[in-house]
Amino acid sequence: MAMTAGTRADDGEIIAKPRWRPLENEANLALLLLLPTLVLLGLFIAYPFVRGILLSVTNSRVGVPGSFVGLDNFARLAVDPIFHAVVYNTFLYTIVTTIFKLVLGLWLALLLNRNFKFKAFTRAFILLPFIVPTVLACFAWKWMFDPTFSVINWILYKLGVITSAINWLGDGDLAMLSIIIVNIWRGVPFFAISLMAGLQTISPDLHEAAAIDGAKPFQRFIYITWPLLLPVTMVVVLFSVIQTFADFQIVFVLTGGGPANATHLFATYAYQLGVGTGLLSQGAAVSLAMFPILFLIVIFQLIYIRRVETR
Amino acid sequence: MIEGANWRRWIYFRLPMAIFLIFLLFPFYWMIITTFRPDGELYRPWRAANYTPFWTWNPTTAHLKYLFGETTFMIWMWNTMFIAVVSTAISLVCGVLAGYALSRLSFRFAGTLGTMIFITYLVPQTLLFIPLSEIIRNYQIGDTPWSLILTYPTFLIPFCTWLMMGYFKAIPKELEECARIDGASRWQAMLYIIIPVAVPGILSAMIFAFTLSWNEFIYALVFLSSPEQKTVPVGVVSELIRGDVFFWGPLMAGALLGSIPVAIAYSFFVEQYVSGLTGSVKG
Repeated sequence: MAMTAGTRADDGEIIAKPRWRPLENEANLALLLLLPTLVLLGLFIAYPFVRGILLSVTNSRVGVPGSFVGLDNFARLAVDPIFHAVVYNTFLYTIVTTIFKLVLGLWLALLLNRNFKFKAFTRAFILLPFIVPTVLACFAWKWMFDPTFSVINWILYKLGVITSAINWLGDGDLAMLSIIIVNIWRGVPFFAISLMAGLQTISPDLHEAAAIDGAKPFQRFIYITWPLLLPVTMVVVLFSVIQTFADFQIVFVLTGGGPANATHLFATYAYQLGVGTGLLSQGAAVSLAMFPILFLIVIFQLIYIRRVETR
Repeated sequence: MIEGANWRRWIYFRLPMAIFLIFLLFPFYWMIITTFRPDGELYRPWRAANYTPFWTWNPTTAHLKYLFGETTFMIWMWNTMFIAVVSTAISLVCGVLAGYALSRLSFRFAGTLGTMIFITYLVPQTLLFIPLSEIIRNYQIGDTPWSLILTYPTFLIPFCTWLMMGYFKAIPKELEECARIDGASRWQAMLYIIIPVAVPGILSAMIFAFTLSWNEFIYALVFLSSPEQKTVPVGVVSELIRGDVFFWGPLMAGALLGSIPVAIAYSFFVEQYVSGLTGSVKG
């Protein structure tokens, strides 16, 4: 849109004088506003991504540039028993935690959606596991899981559930169970608060109408709440799946991937290879191995959001 | 909404709620009690007869003194605060401007750019930390706060942009048109009319970005190496664990104090945080 500014000349006549105002052009303004974002994301996301791919087809180590080796790193992963365990662990961890986070989160959301005393207060406290630094909170869990000083063992023993100590982080299956519990602990508040926001958009009239027609609470949940909550649920689940799949902190603090690699996930194995032993290219290859799965989830999510928006 | 007999209220509401609260909050209680528990009680096996898990009769500040006296904890706190504040500020400026451009200006590739930013929003830090550590080294900013201040915006900006797009979309077009008719330029209309209306959204993005950068771990772990450069989570991991020896008292004290700033910031902006959380998933 061309802009003109009127200036009054000495003889009283108004002369229209075009001024050069490039920011009145929407495309120019948009480019200017997006520039800082594009520069930062380009330098620290797009460029590292390309570098990561280039790194994964070399044999470079820390301090050694390395040479091109093609897909050797990926071929090595294909026959690496630890990597097989990593894939299995990551899928198990993601699937089990997501199911529990969804069920418990939905339950908690339904509880929070009622009216009770100290509701705002309770809601604020419930989010704490999600707010505080995960690494720091995980140390509290590690201390609670300690084989000799475990308070969890003490409670279970006093309740009569166990008679001998449970070595939470020392046994492969129990260590997996432990990191799953901690992940659920951190994720349930996020699910609960997000789903509660979804619940609040459902009109109470629908429930009243159904109740008048004789629908039981369980039927009202299945036929009213659940279908209306599904769009929010899908987005929350997909977000959580991505975060869980790429999780690092919980495993790093609690088990470091052990015992005997029983709890290694993609990120912790990549860290161990790339930073721990300095095999940069192999570490980069393990990280990148997450990419196809993450990419599929993101595409699925984009399609889903489009479909919900255009409905 | 809670109807029916008293026992139903207990079974369907109070009991499950109490169990949820205990499960979610017990680790924090444990952090606090461990911080003030003397070593003699701390290292008493759970089988011991005089194991008193939930209380201590001899509270001590020895662990706090150790934390402040023997480690550079205050420096880690300062580093974390500095990095979180600066990277949040950078991300807010970028995110607000980008969100405005993508939601209220029409130009070619607007849709494509929006989708690309959404995709970067979903890129986890663990995907790129190895090549990034190389790049950080090449740029000569390894082991400085700038390595984090410049990389944290990669996950904060997409979030802020996405959240702000939602807020800007909800503001009626007429508001801007009125300003334009009154002679404001596009830039002025954005700066003086639209952005002030979006302040609640900006606050949400701010509190959320602050907690995200305070809690970030893997970049800080990989990019920082000297003790006086570290952030709280990394400092606690590397300085309070020597080999297999965990200094549990000071560790819990560090975990507690390291969580407090972010908990305080959160307590002031609970509503904004929650609307940011739910806004970010609704899009």
